Amino acid sequence: MTKPAPLRPKPDGAGSSVQLLPLSELPGPNLAMRKLPHPGRWLAAAVVVLLLAVLVRAFALGNIRWEIVGEFLTAPVIIKGFGWTMLITIAALALGVVLGFGFGMMRLSANPVLRYVAWFYVWVFRGTPVLLQLLIWFNIALIFPNLYIPGVVDVKMVVVMTPFVAAVLGLGVNEGSYLTEVVRGGILSVDKGQVEAAHTLGMTPGQTMRRIILPQTMRLILPVLGNSAVGMLKFSSLAATIAMTEMLNAAQRIYFINGAVIEMLFVCALWYLMGTSVLSVGQFYLERHFGRSQGGRA
Amino acid sequence: MSAPIVKTVGLRKSFGPNEVLKGIDLEVTQGEVLCILGPSGSGKSTLLRCINHLEVPNGGYVWVDGQIIGYELRKDVLHELTVKRLRAQQSQLGMVFQHFNLFAHRSVLGNVIEGPMVVRGLSRAEATERAMALLDLVGLAEKAEAWPAELSGGQKQRVAIARALAMEPRVMLFDEPTSALDPELVGEVLEVMRRLAASGTTMIVVTHEIGFAREVADRVVVMIDGEIRETGPAEAVLADPKDPRVRSFLGRVLARPAECDA
Repeated sequence: MTKPAPLRPKPDGAGSSVQLLPLSELPGPNLAMRKLPHPGRWLAAAVVVLLLAVLVRAFALGNIRWEIVGEFLTAPVIIKGFGWTMLITIAALALGVVLGFGFGMMRLSANPVLRYVAWFYVWVFRGTPVLLQLLIWFNIALIFPNLYIPGVVDVKMVVVMTPFVAAVLGLGVNEGSYLTEVVRGGILSVDKGQVEAAHTLGMTPGQTMRRIILPQTMRLILPVLGNSAVGMLKFSSLAATIAMTEMLNAAQRIYFINGAVIEMLFVCALWYLMGTSVLSVGQFYLERHFGRSQGGRA
Repeated sequence: MSAPIVKTVGLRKSFGPNEVLKGIDLEVTQGEVLCILGPSGSGKSTLLRCINHLEVPNGGYVWVDGQIIGYELRKDVLHELTVKRLRAQQSQLGMVFQHFNLFAHRSVLGNVIEGPMVVRGLSRAEATERAMALLDLVGLAEKAEAWPAELSGGQKQRVAIARALAMEPRVMLFDEPTSALDPELVGEVLEVMRRLAASGTTMIVVTHEIGFAREVADRVVVMIDGEIRETGPAEAVLADPKDPRVRSFLGRVLARPAECDA
């Protein structure tokens, strides 16, 4: 058996010599200290400042009339469009959350029929482009000419399926298919002991789900829901393609007339940024509320 | 001797090819404190979990105070109960888990009032009043507003005991209640259990705490390989076991210093 060679200290490379300080030469405790310099950070800052300067110069001298951006930022038609954008976002997100929780619970149901239905829902609506789904909802009258539920409603589909309804259904049902998987994962990650404890107290499956599992699932999936909300605000611009006069559609109508293309797009960008910032703030407070049992860590 | 309140009849349970309980017949009387001892994997926790139907037995049944758990006997056939009726039975068997299983999103008080409010329909005020009395009993009244994550293991387990007691169960089941605790926290939990036993609560305790069994248990059962190998008063079983495998198990356990039992 050959012995492995003993570890030898690496020879000191140039400039990294180890300081040897004899005990007798140790200084007193009150010494000035100097932090390690970080030249990389200064270099990065310099590069960023330079790039920013180039960008600002490009935007300042480029073919963009800022006074038009300012003028249309608060134009009634844009603000009304933004209102529709927000309305679509909120309604579609609400629909998506409801569907996500409903089908997410069905995915884990003991009833095999419910499990397959939920699986099929996810398969169809997660597996096709959301823009395509929007167009299909908007033209659904070609398949179902009438919305007819015996004794409840009987109307022409084209009357019901306005661009707004189609946008909310298209975006909401699509989002629901993603959230189904998110909710399923959230429920599965709640500790099994929580369920057993609820059962030994005599809580029914419904009570256990509502009072024990779902509140803990909420804490786990809120970061993802925040992403969904932000994403939904932006995806609502797809509704412009089905003649929904939300903000992007309104902006397009304006620049078809006045030709201020880049200016109108910038107006939209500013409003979207404002909207997503507000949503992020809301997410912060919701996460703090649901994470309060974790001592603010969650 | 008072009347039986729990009886298991030929209880069998398998996990796959693994037979964990091989026909357990056990009787517990009103007010009795029974400790179940045995090496790891002997099936003692499974027995406890079969008694309150957290695990569904493959054969035999459990009788508690006039009812068969999970079933209804009609013309010599056991008919499965609806979940709702099963849960009503389970609420009569208070369970304390090794890992506490406190509801993480509820405060200490919220944990204790959850069952009485949701299952028994008590008002929040009434449930709170009774919960505070129970928290006082386990010495944690001042922690009522704390979150479980802020408690020590011993405190968590005492809250779990209060939560189970809040349902006013006929029997309390303890599944290795001190096994997940730091050694210095075992004492406070055993002290609460000692007081419960003294108050006449019927208790079935799966434990490694030989000292507790000797001091508090009316009767001790030793399980090995899914069978009850020895049963009798604690002093007799611990001092002079008849079964050779029980003797070797007890020899190993008793040889260890006390704090290692935790």
